[in-house]
Amino acid sequence: METILLQLLNGLDKGSAYALIALGLTLIFGTLGVVNFAHGAIFMIGAFCAVTLSRIFSLSFETVDPSKLDFLGNPAKIKTPYVEAWFGADAGAWMIDWAVPLAILFSIPIMIAVGWAMERGLIKHFYKRPHADQILVTFGLAIVLQEIIKYFYGANPISTPAPDAFRGSFDFGAALGFDPNVIIYPYWRLIYFGFAAVVIGAVFSFLRFTTFGMVVRAGMADRETVGLLGINIDRKFTIMFGLAAAVAGMAGVMYAPILSPNYHMGMDFLVLSFVVVVVGGMGSLPGAVAAGFLLGILESFSSMNEIKSIIPGIDQIIIYVVAIIILLTRPRGLMGKKGVMED
Amino acid sequence: MFGLNKKDTTFLLIVIGLTLFTPILMQPFAEGSGLAQFNGGYPDLMQKVAIFGIFAVGFNILFGLTGYLSFGHAAFLGIGSYSAVWMFKLLTMNVIPGILLAMVVSGLFAAAIGYVSLRRSGIYFSILTLAFAQMCYKMAYSVLTPLTNGETGLQLALDDPRILDKAIEGSSLPVTNIFGLPMNSSYKLDVMNHVFTFSVGFYFCAVIAILAFYVAIRLFRSPFGMMLRAVKSNQHRMNYTGLDPKPYTLAAFVISGMYAGLAGGLLAAMDPLAGADRMLWTASGEVVIMTILGGAGTLMGPVLGAGVIKYLENIFSKINESVLHSWFHWLPDGIEDLVVWVFARFTGEGWHLTLGVTFMLVVTFLPGGLIEGLKRIRDRVKNGKKKRDKYDDPDPDHHPAPTKRVAGE
Repeated sequence: METILLQLLNGLDKGSAYALIALGLTLIFGTLGVVNFAHGAIFMIGAFCAVTLSRIFSLSFETVDPSKLDFLGNPAKIKTPYVEAWFGADAGAWMIDWAVPLAILFSIPIMIAVGWAMERGLIKHFYKRPHADQILVTFGLAIVLQEIIKYFYGANPISTPAPDAFRGSFDFGAALGFDPNVIIYPYWRLIYFGFAAVVIGAVFSFLRFTTFGMVVRAGMADRETVGLLGINIDRKFTIMFGLAAAVAGMAGVMYAPILSPNYHMGMDFLVLSFVVVVVGGMGSLPGAVAAGFLLGILESFSSMNEIKSIIPGIDQIIIYVVAIIILLTRPRGLMGKKGVMED
Repeated sequence: MFGLNKKDTTFLLIVIGLTLFTPILMQPFAEGSGLAQFNGGYPDLMQKVAIFGIFAVGFNILFGLTGYLSFGHAAFLGIGSYSAVWMFKLLTMNVIPGILLAMVVSGLFAAAIGYVSLRRSGIYFSILTLAFAQMCYKMAYSVLTPLTNGETGLQLALDDPRILDKAIEGSSLPVTNIFGLPMNSSYKLDVMNHVFTFSVGFYFCAVIAILAFYVAIRLFRSPFGMMLRAVKSNQHRMNYTGLDPKPYTLAAFVISGMYAGLAGGLLAAMDPLAGADRMLWTASGEVVIMTILGGAGTLMGPVLGAGVIKYLENIFSKINESVLHSWFHWLPDGIEDLVVWVFARFTGEGWHLTLGVTFMLVVTFLPGGLIEGLKRIRDRVKNGKKKRDKYDDPDPDHHPAPTKRVAGE
């Protein structure tokens, strides 16, 4: 029982990341009909937003303090981060510590701008081209973005710690009445799950309860008719692309403390997110979210020793096996609409 | 000749000529001159061009003819390499059995993977093949470690059985050979300060590449090739005429998988080790890039794409900042630094950036690849700046050519 609960929890944070990326992918596919291979790169750029902000906050200047000497006997140099000098020592230290959560605010405008530039600059020219061309050009774009990040940040993973307050682990077992120290779970992953739930809820309510969302949903169902009604649906879809980019970017920002950002993390997540989208159903938002969590949890269950002893190596390939089975038995995916991309 | 019409025979003969004289053609600059770094006539590079040419030609049989975009072809390359190395370990260092086994094994895998993947088309097919390739990659790293030697990669060892080679076993690792002629032996010819290297490995690859290319021409011109084009242009119409596209696409998939296996086997024959990296999906992306860059659906395109990419990869990686400074030293200081900085982003470590940008530009502006670019230039030279529309171009997908002005157009 304890192990099952633990694996369930372990699956949640990975599942959240899959769900968030897949949500953006589906949003783009459902609105614009574009298969975006560069979406993983957006996730990666988000993670590097966190890196950038924590670097900006720790920019510091040196002052010479003549009263103290360093070990060579020279006057000691003291590094003071600019933020501490400007906002006071306490507030500055707090900002450095909380760089990752603050990076969410910092990343939203950046990601929307990146998404907008991508859509207006490149992808809009590919609406009428075959899906293969869309895959190819966004694949090229993903390589380019990846290389640019590699130039600025190097090839090594950059560890970006979570705020001190969340550094520990939460003893789930004790809270639920099991033995202590059996089910322990890092706070940050718990936060990540909560954050993902909030973002997903926000996106769904935005689409469900606002006029803008209503227009977008109508456009997803029948783009031409909405256009004929005098609504500039292209502009609304561009905004949705920016929104999808922001969702993936925020997912990346929050994931930075879990996995130290490196320049190819986007590609790794992209392949899996695509599988998630396919399992959930192309163009189905609830499907993408459900499949994201489902596959994340399945992946962590299959890494249990009990299961690995029956089928060795299953944890590495379970997602692909599930995807293949789904595609062959129910090509429109778990929650896909009938007739959408079914051949 | 060879069952080809006159035009194709000439074409094939030109290709054969170009291939056989590659060691000379790719070495146009004298040794020690400032341009010597642009020489591509060393065996390692030429072999790679030939091998990846085979890989891309095979990929083109699937993608260029049927339009099915596979994102998992590198899996067959990896499988081919592993099987060839196993043959070197178990039977003999002669490369022929190894390469044959590589083709057979990858063909079997292709049949199995193709049977499943080809039930879907379009983007689903791409994702299915991608999923299968990632599965192979992950399994090579985890469960199949006894077969693949995991992260270290499969290598030769002194205590391998090598049943047929027992008698000539020495104390050092044996080299791959063809009937006793080692693959890495070469003959250097020095003509007026131009050093030409003729290596056994390259010529072996070249002969196989020519054979593979010949088979591809025959396939393109055959009724079977016509069927594959029919699959690309309109599968529904093909169904209505009572033809089942499935066997044709599956055959194309298996053939292109065997080409990939052959290329993998050759890679192992040139350098007898195999690692799972060859199966990574970026490697699949590479062959896609080669084919598109050269021109999908054309005969020469994929070879051209493979050649251009492998050549530029080697040359670009060699150009570092000091080389750039020596090129632009005549510029004023500030401008020189700026120019060098810009170029340095695209050369050396930045080769992948160049690749990505080029690929995006080609897909956007020149969907037919370099071949189409050359054709456009030729037409421009021939016809001047005459106004043209799409009905002026011969369209291989439609016979006879469509009428020029259709009512309502």
